[in-house]
Amino acid sequence: MVRGLYRARISFKVADSLAHSAPVADGSADPSRRDFIHIAAAAATLGGVAAVAWPLIDELNPAADTLALASLEYDVSKVALGQQVTISWRKQPVFIRHRTPAEIAKAKADDHVTADMKDPEPDANRVKAGHEEWLIVLASCTHLGCVPVFAQGDYGGWLCPCHGSQYDTSARIRKGPAPKNLEVPEYAFLSDTKVKIG
Amino acid sequence: MSDHPSTYQPNTAIERWLDTRLPIIRFGADLMSFPTPRNLNYWYTFGGILAFCLGVQIVTGIVLAMHYDPSGAGAFLSVQRGIMRDVNYGWLIRGLHANGASMFFLAVYIHILRGLYYGSYKAPREVLWLLGCVIYVLMMATAFMGYVLPWGQMSFWGAKVITSLFGAFPFIGKPLTALLWGGFSVDEPTLNRFFSLHYLLPFAIAAVVALHIWALHVPGNANPTGVEVKSKSDTLPFHPYYTVKDLFAISVFMILFAVFVFYMPEALGKVDNQSMADPLKTPAHIVPEWYLLPFYAILRAIPDKLIGVLALAGALGMLFILPWLDTSKVRSMRYRPQYRMFFFIWIVACAALGWCGAQEPDGQVIHGLTTFNLIDYDLNSVTWLSRISSIYYFAYFLVITPLLGLTETPLPVPDSLYTPVLSHPAGVPSGAAAAPETKG
Repeated sequence: MVRGLYRARISFKVADSLAHSAPVADGSADPSRRDFIHIAAAAATLGGVAAVAWPLIDELNPAADTLALASLEYDVSKVALGQQVTISWRKQPVFIRHRTPAEIAKAKADDHVTADMKDPEPDANRVKAGHEEWLIVLASCTHLGCVPVFAQGDYGGWLCPCHGSQYDTSARIRKGPAPKNLEVPEYAFLSDTKVKIG
Repeated sequence: MSDHPSTYQPNTAIERWLDTRLPIIRFGADLMSFPTPRNLNYWYTFGGILAFCLGVQIVTGIVLAMHYDPSGAGAFLSVQRGIMRDVNYGWLIRGLHANGASMFFLAVYIHILRGLYYGSYKAPREVLWLLGCVIYVLMMATAFMGYVLPWGQMSFWGAKVITSLFGAFPFIGKPLTALLWGGFSVDEPTLNRFFSLHYLLPFAIAAVVALHIWALHVPGNANPTGVEVKSKSDTLPFHPYYTVKDLFAISVFMILFAVFVFYMPEALGKVDNQSMADPLKTPAHIVPEWYLLPFYAILRAIPDKLIGVLALAGALGMLFILPWLDTSKVRSMRYRPQYRMFFFIWIVACAALGWCGAQEPDGQVIHGLTTFNLIDYDLNSVTWLSRISSIYYFAYFLVITPLLGLTETPLPVPDSLYTPVLSHPAGVPSGAAAAPETKG
């Protein structure tokens, strides 16, 4: 058996060298069937590894039941003027802030101070028209995800306790390492008091 | 094992039988008789201490996993009520495991500093050094994931901050963090996968440790003089000389370990971690474990998110490329007084970074002092101390190490590692003072 295989290998080698030694018209060596088998086997192996690797990586992504926690309705009439609540949406904290007229005025006045803003954005883009008193943002510092604390810092808004990022009354980044304004989630007012987030 | 000839003689029929099939006894015997430089001091015992630490973590960890519940609702209770109060000796096993992590890092830092001081990273030991760096990174990953498992406030927010580091990368940041979390934020899926990986990684560490020890036995140990072993008279067999020395060092180390476990088990922990993870509220002051503080300070020193993350990674990267940054032909800092001075300043910079990492980000170094202002900047702030220390940290590797190797005139290096021991009294650095033949 072993001897037979050995003979077979020798005869393959002879066939191989014959194939290589016979140049084709343009002078390059004729690719043998063995080369084809090598390439095909390597390609099939790589394809197989990739086909197995992808499910192993993709299973780490959010599962269907996690993604299904899509939207949330909240009655904002519970939040008094100047008050703020933190609610959980998709397991992430969300600030719903009932802004005072002074805060709104300050946010609008600062629209023009774009020089010291990393992520300039007018206050009007961050609230819904007719509902300027409601600021709804993800309570996740855009630096490394801590929950900022209100009424601290130099801009009348939030201060992140982790690395000192400061946000203004429109939750725009004004100072510190965070690169972006607090994110405004997708939301809509279903009525004057009911908001649907997500 | 390099050119160390095997001296093992199988004496019984069964040993001879095994030796021709799986020469595992020969392998162990050759490790024990391995020729080791005779001048290794106690700084060289930390390799053995680290092997002990890894063993303690694996044994206590396997036992803890039997009592741990990796669910969002159950994790905190299974640790604080189950393991700490109800499980027989659970408090002891967790005390060993939690403090064991700190002991492990204490030992690894001494081991790394020893390697830096005596130039152990230089040719022909670069691969040995690189494997050590890989172990260190794996240790940090393992420790971080382990810290998440008790699911207290520090666990949760530490996990949030560290995983958010990956969000700094443009374009891939957001999908990458979702992939890490398995959700929109750190949540139960994150806890589950961290538990799985926390169980796996120590065995990966053990495998790299095996490679590290293999890579050690190809060129053999470096030694405090930095002079290579030249003859058999420069060496002693590993056993009994260094087995006993290592075991003595491990015993002393265990005393320190026991002081923490029995007298101050929570000294290195954070009180916030005694309350259950709350995704809606960040603790007022987040700090990582002490062994990660210098890197945390480097991250905070930089006002840009992506550059901060890259600097944190780069600080680790410096260790990896060090063998190719050091241009000096002299290995040991014993004979490089200038480089030694810069090295000690580097240790001070690392300590300063560690201190800064534990402070509030907008705090002052000396409270109430306001005169250290340069233009608009308060140089007395934690931020500026972090920045200056970070700059020195990188300059040490990228500027001082390559340049000083070319310009420094080293002290005369002995002909052999045996010379300074024999000529002990005159002008020999104090580190080489052990002269066993005169001290009985």
